[in-house]
Amino acid sequence: MGFKNYILVCGGTGCESSRSDLIYRTLIDEAKAQGVADQVQVIKTGCFGFCEQGPIVKILPEDSFYVKVKPEDAKELIAEHVIKGREVTRLLYNKTPKKPLEEVEDIQFYQKQLRVVLRNCGVIDPEDINDYIANDGYVALEKALFEMTPDDIIEEVKKSGLRGRGGAGFPTWMKWNFTKQAEGEEKYVVCNADEGDPGAYMDRSTLEGDPHSVLEAMTICGKAIGAHQGFIYIRAEYPLAIHRLEVAMKQSREMGLLGKDILGSGFDYDIEIRLGAGAFVCGEETALLQSIEGHRGMPQPRPPFPATKGLWGKPTVINNVETWANIPVIIAKGGDEFAKVGTTDSRGTKVFALTGKICNSGLVEVPMGTTLREIVFDIGGGIAGGHKFKAVQTGGPSGGVITEENLDTPIDFGGLQRIGSMMGSGGMIVMDDTDCIVDVAKFYLEFTLDESCGKCFPCRIGGKSLHNILDKITIGKGTEEDLEELRQISHAMQKGSLCALGQTAPNPVLSTLRYFPEEYEAHIKDKKCPAGKCKKLIRYTIDPSKCIGCTACSRKCPVGAISGELKKPHSINQSACIKCGVCRQTCKFSAISVE
Amino acid sequence: MAKLSLEELRSLREKEAERLAKRGIHGKDVHVVVCMGTCGIQAGAKVTLNSIVDEVEAHGLGNVIVTQAPCQGHCEEEPIVEVHTPQLGSIAYGKVDAKTAKRIVEEHIIGGKVLEDHKIKLEV
Repeated sequence: MGFKNYILVCGGTGCESSRSDLIYRTLIDEAKAQGVADQVQVIKTGCFGFCEQGPIVKILPEDSFYVKVKPEDAKELIAEHVIKGREVTRLLYNKTPKKPLEEVEDIQFYQKQLRVVLRNCGVIDPEDINDYIANDGYVALEKALFEMTPDDIIEEVKKSGLRGRGGAGFPTWMKWNFTKQAEGEEKYVVCNADEGDPGAYMDRSTLEGDPHSVLEAMTICGKAIGAHQGFIYIRAEYPLAIHRLEVAMKQSREMGLLGKDILGSGFDYDIEIRLGAGAFVCGEETALLQSIEGHRGMPQPRPPFPATKGLWGKPTVINNVETWANIPVIIAKGGDEFAKVGTTDSRGTKVFALTGKICNSGLVEVPMGTTLREIVFDIGGGIAGGHKFKAVQTGGPSGGVITEENLDTPIDFGGLQRIGSMMGSGGMIVMDDTDCIVDVAKFYLEFTLDESCGKCFPCRIGGKSLHNILDKITIGKGTEEDLEELRQISHAMQKGSLCALGQTAPNPVLSTLRYFPEEYEAHIKDKKCPAGKCKKLIRYTIDPSKCIGCTACSRKCPVGAISGELKKPHSINQSACIKCGVCRQTCKFSAISVE
Repeated sequence: MAKLSLEELRSLREKEAERLAKRGIHGKDVHVVVCMGTCGIQAGAKVTLNSIVDEVEAHGLGNVIVTQAPCQGHCEEEPIVEVHTPQLGSIAYGKVDAKTAKRIVEEHIIGGKVLEDHKIKLEV
């Protein structure tokens, strides 16, 4: 007998951290206990993207979208939805039952999205190769092995206009073509899964939700450039992605989609996983190759580029996870079809990890050319907590801030560069008016400072000097000359650093200086932090006309800095105050202000 | 599992695609709703539902979606089955047992003919 219902449970790391695995197991147990185990199939999928509302459970064929589900809800979902056909309204995202045949796309979060890279995430069971095959999986490999020459494959990628999604946006076909033309018997294919930007999880989710797409793409590339071995370099702190990759590789080998004589075509190809220890610099391609070889992960001067002299000195193609995930679609549907989406500068879609002070944080995929305003306000639902939008940081610690005035810039590689940021791998952190811009620049610098390998001095010493100056400014000891020095050191780092980590490390400093000069000035001249973040520059005061003397704040103050008699205005002892802000949160009469 | 040849992969994909397509509502234009309120279940709606799902499966109807609905307030007519098709619009049937369910699939969905003897009118 066929199944009447299919329950899709999100198995991404985000939802798993809020016990989606237990929900999955409880649903199976409950289906058994209530005697409908043969009528309902429970499937664990990849990330649905709407992480803010997780854990997500979707029940088909009704397409009911349940959010913030708890393991305790499993019993009701089976008893009500599966057995009685009644949607559990309180768990629905829209809180109202759907009409028959109405699709889930009426949720605003999904309306402006186009899922190409994430086509299988939240749809298939990533641990079942049959699910992948069912959804046009390995169609592209068939075509590449039996109907296309290596040049055909590269031509198709060229037509698609695909540019590397790891950050720099180098045309993918050129990388492949250089490597194909490079001399050498042995060549390699590498997948860069060393995702390390703060707040970014696009690649992790892709691998967790659709590992076969990357395996298929790497095999196609092997055929195109004449390689027989691929490596996936992934950080050890992604255990779920590694597990799903291992399962996928095992199934592929069993079916003869990896290994010797793939599908009887005579083409041999296999893939190995290499674990990284989580150093940010190993995402830089030459450092990554060093690490695979077993050396310390330090960047090497380029040229020679990996295309001519890569892994173990052999010609190597190295692409990022998201780039790979696009390849099967390009080969299966054609480069021209792929190129219909996006802008002339950048074709296709881009996945972003939307985080920070936003209502709907999550994983979003939009056509290139979508504006930031659409992402932040339409998809993201605007700023959380009624605060005011201040800026978005794209490109992680190598990128820059984008302000209100540039929100309508269409997002593509060129567009973001022109406004002083960069595409990067897709981390997007939204800031509101309580975020201090100097503090943000300092935060990113702390990150790159920590992750600098220390090999070249512009990065090692320049980064430290920049950080010292920013620190000085945030404690109110900055001078006018400091701003000029920040710029000078930044430019020196951009010119003199060996790899992209050092060259781009000053970007957050330069971009915040460009867009928020008045905020730096306020710290330096007025010794004030407009966002109320820098502790040395702010003071909490009680407005005696509003204070009714309820003593709530003085009871909450952890250091006893607030004194006053009952029913009489209180006051704060500034020398004792540690500026934790608890009093302001406690006061019900808005009598306490920060400046 | 043994290693696949090209032909085996293709036939496997065809089979699996059919299986995957059953889950969603994409590309489906016939919607069968079985009322599964307490009244419906005690009147035998479970058997009806199983019969419809099995018949749809047996005839390999890829464009049919079968869902459940709560009590519609016509308990005396249970088990109630509603069929929505582009050609015949929405038709409701009352007192649908397993045999009638089979007829609904064969005569209404495949044959395009309304079963006048079980047709009921649901007030909205």
